[in-house]
Amino acid sequence: MSVEQWVFYVLAAIAVGGAAVTVFARDIVRAALGLIVALLMTAGVFVLLSAEVIGLVQLLVYGGAVAILILFALMITRAREVTYRLDGPQKPLALLAGATLAAAIGVAVVGTVFPTNTDHINPVGFVEMSTALFQTYAVPFEVASLVLLVALVGAIIIARQEERQ
Amino acid sequence: MMPVLGYWFGIAWLDAILRLAVIAGVMTVVVIFLTYAERKVIARVQQRLGPTRTGPAGLLQGVADALKLVLKEDLRPTTADRWVFELAPFMVFVPVFLTFVAVPFTRDLGVRFLSLGLFYIVAVSSLNIVGFIMAGWGSDNKYALLGGVRAAAQMISYEVPLVLTVLGVAMVASSLDIRVITERQDVVPYIVWQPLAFVVFIIAGLAEMNRTPFDIPVAESEVVGGPTVEYSGIRWSFFQLAEYSSLFVLSALGADLFLGGYIWPFGSNPPGWLQLILILVKTSFMILMIFWVRATFPRLRIDQLMSYCWKVLIPVTVAQLFFNGLVLVYRWPDILLLVFSGALLVGATAATAVAVRRAARRPRDAQAVRDRRLQYARGA
Repeated sequence: MSVEQWVFYVLAAIAVGGAAVTVFARDIVRAALGLIVALLMTAGVFVLLSAEVIGLVQLLVYGGAVAILILFALMITRAREVTYRLDGPQKPLALLAGATLAAAIGVAVVGTVFPTNTDHINPVGFVEMSTALFQTYAVPFEVASLVLLVALVGAIIIARQEERQ
Repeated sequence: MMPVLGYWFGIAWLDAILRLAVIAGVMTVVVIFLTYAERKVIARVQQRLGPTRTGPAGLLQGVADALKLVLKEDLRPTTADRWVFELAPFMVFVPVFLTFVAVPFTRDLGVRFLSLGLFYIVAVSSLNIVGFIMAGWGSDNKYALLGGVRAAAQMISYEVPLVLTVLGVAMVASSLDIRVITERQDVVPYIVWQPLAFVVFIIAGLAEMNRTPFDIPVAESEVVGGPTVEYSGIRWSFFQLAEYSSLFVLSALGADLFLGGYIWPFGSNPPGWLQLILILVKTSFMILMIFWVRATFPRLRIDQLMSYCWKVLIPVTVAQLFFNGLVLVYRWPDILLLVFSGALLVGATAATAVAVRRAARRPRDAQAVRDRRLQYARGA
């Protein structure tokens, strides 16, 4: 195996481990920390594929995002007091949703013909990516950020109503 | 990525490991002497002598402290979350360690020269927030948890103005490669075109490093050391190592981005030894300024800290970015960069001064001050 393959398998193994911690950990903070491990390793895979920009964006966005996630977990849930199993009446539905998603991903992975023996990859430079984001596809990009803004304002309004009652 | 110095021994992975080992060694030495320098500088500001006993003029004090820390017992509270607690110091330290990789010291001296170097530093340095939260949560100590939450809130908030200031510089240089940014400053350093960015860079940098006057997460009088309260020995020294390393990296970065790095004022290509002297002098200047701030200002309150970030720093840095865009797109003369940035700096300073004076005159606070004076007078 080449060095790149070794690096990939190590990153992938750690990422899967982190994801497993995210799913199976009882402690919500540990689950969030497992998530950041998985996300960091994904950033490593991006860098390995010469997509440095996406890798760095992954670090920048999810580093802060997971930190905020943990803060919410600490503030909103009683993180340390929950030691029992969190089963509820929604369990069959959750199982169904999870199985559907897994099946969809499985079908997609099996059905896609992946190009084997790629000798080279085409790295997309920072400038080309920025041109695409801010000039070619400027309107979809702006619309996406507007949607996020609307969601943010909506969340604040809903939270405020509950506060007033 | 340009391997300017080539791969050592021609093997990529061996080269990477050797370079990381070199960084680890250099960083340890730098940190040991930075702690000494800080104690000396603050002592002089306060009309004391500082360390004088260990070695000539106390020079070996840092070494002695480091040895003591390594030899101390590594304690862990029994109720702590073992993995989170033990891994937290590394999560704080490793991102700082990684930012060191992308800082160019001279044209040829640096670990790696990345074409997205600035972006890399911003992205990687944001990760150590998670380390502080891990330390706060894993210690199972209410002061540590409070400190960790404070650290997270503060570092996430101040990351925004920090990124916006370096973005301003990157706009003017139209590059994210730190070497390119530095070498565009052969005639005029960017502190002249972007004075506001320089000032905000230092303020936000102080907050990111949890240093006075923004050391609220580790305030001894309120949260008895914050996230680090349960740590001892080698694990505690990792927090210290991270703090002083990021001080060094931030100062070197500031020297490169704003003070003309290894180029200004000796034309576009000074000899190698002169480049090294230039960058060391400018980095030392930045470090000295940060020590001086620590010796001068008292600690802020957390609400003051937050409102200062969101109501003063972020609006003015966004405005600066907007004016930069106008000047660069319409090709207005460069002097307008200075005019806009300088006007914003003056405006922000005036607004802060007015707000501080008003707060001091607010009757509630004035009453509190009178009460406290009365208490002192009664000997309470």
